[in-house]
Amino acid sequence: MSASMHSNDQTGFWELEPHHHAEGASTSLGFWIYLMSDCLMFAVLFAVFGVLGHNYAGGPGPKELFDLELVALNTAFLLISSITFGFGMLAAHEGNKSGALRWLFVTLLFGLGFLCVELYEFNHLIHEGAGPQRSAFLSAFFALVGTHGLHVTFGSIWLVTLMVQVSQKGLIPANMRRLGCLSMFWHFLDVVWIGVFTFVYLMGMI
Amino acid sequence: MSAATPETHHEKLAQEHGHHHDDGHDHGTHKSYVTGFVLSVVLTAIPFIIVMAGGFTSPVWTALTIMAFAIVQIVVHMVYFLHMNTRSDEGWTMLATIFTIIVVVITLSGSLWVMYHLNTNMMPGMNHELTGLGGN
Repeated sequence: MSASMHSNDQTGFWELEPHHHAEGASTSLGFWIYLMSDCLMFAVLFAVFGVLGHNYAGGPGPKELFDLELVALNTAFLLISSITFGFGMLAAHEGNKSGALRWLFVTLLFGLGFLCVELYEFNHLIHEGAGPQRSAFLSAFFALVGTHGLHVTFGSIWLVTLMVQVSQKGLIPANMRRLGCLSMFWHFLDVVWIGVFTFVYLMGMI
Repeated sequence: MSAATPETHHEKLAQEHGHHHDDGHDHGTHKSYVTGFVLSVVLTAIPFIIVMAGGFTSPVWTALTIMAFAIVQIVVHMVYFLHMNTRSDEGWTMLATIFTIIVVVITLSGSLWVMYHLNTNMMPGMNHELTGLGGN
């Protein structure tokens, strides 16, 4: 070791020894970069909606289809689930396992509530004859909002998985790391939803 | 100065922080989460109320106002819920975010700009100009 350090001093320009990082030290940065790539995917879906959002093909437009009260309810569900997840993370950092599990369960309920309202809305639209195949506007709408809904679905599955892991293995460092990643994922979905309700629903109703 | 120093340093850090698994990230407090939540509720409610009440007389101003609220709310979420700061991971998180914002802006504005002009210039009504050009 000292020999390599010595030669390192002599060459001076580069380090021969690899850096020693704690296990999982770079996980949060790596996960953040994944979220940023996910953000680019959503940007493309938003761009598609921006381009095709006015091509109704003689079919129904946003004003005939959207129900802002339903959207407000959905937004409230997602916002509340964000703060309950935050409280769950705070309880987990305090080492309060049962408190963390309780908050995560509340988060799950609000996440499922969001999905139920969204599925109800999609079902309602398709039964009115406003399915994704009706017009370019509706194709773009279902692609964008559906992709966000799929993310919430997988987030909820991940949440259940982590609740099982925490209840069995406790708040071990590995589980804390996983909770941290899911926390970023969940809050990121809330950020994407801000874009959805602003650009798709509110702008459509103006 | 021996090569073992970084490892012992990490072990010491791990012991100090125990199960907290602190990696330089800000975890927030109850107060910061509640502040963020109250701010987002207000920033969500105002645009909904504006649009549900019928909006301003000028639709462009309504659109710009609710877009401004969305941008402020996204920043609030980034700060209070995602705990974004310039310190975590030695600034790499912030760098990745700035890069993403640049690419997102190019993607959105570029697509809208190109496709808007494509629609305008390729409309059937524009054909006489094209034939006029072809005549030269």
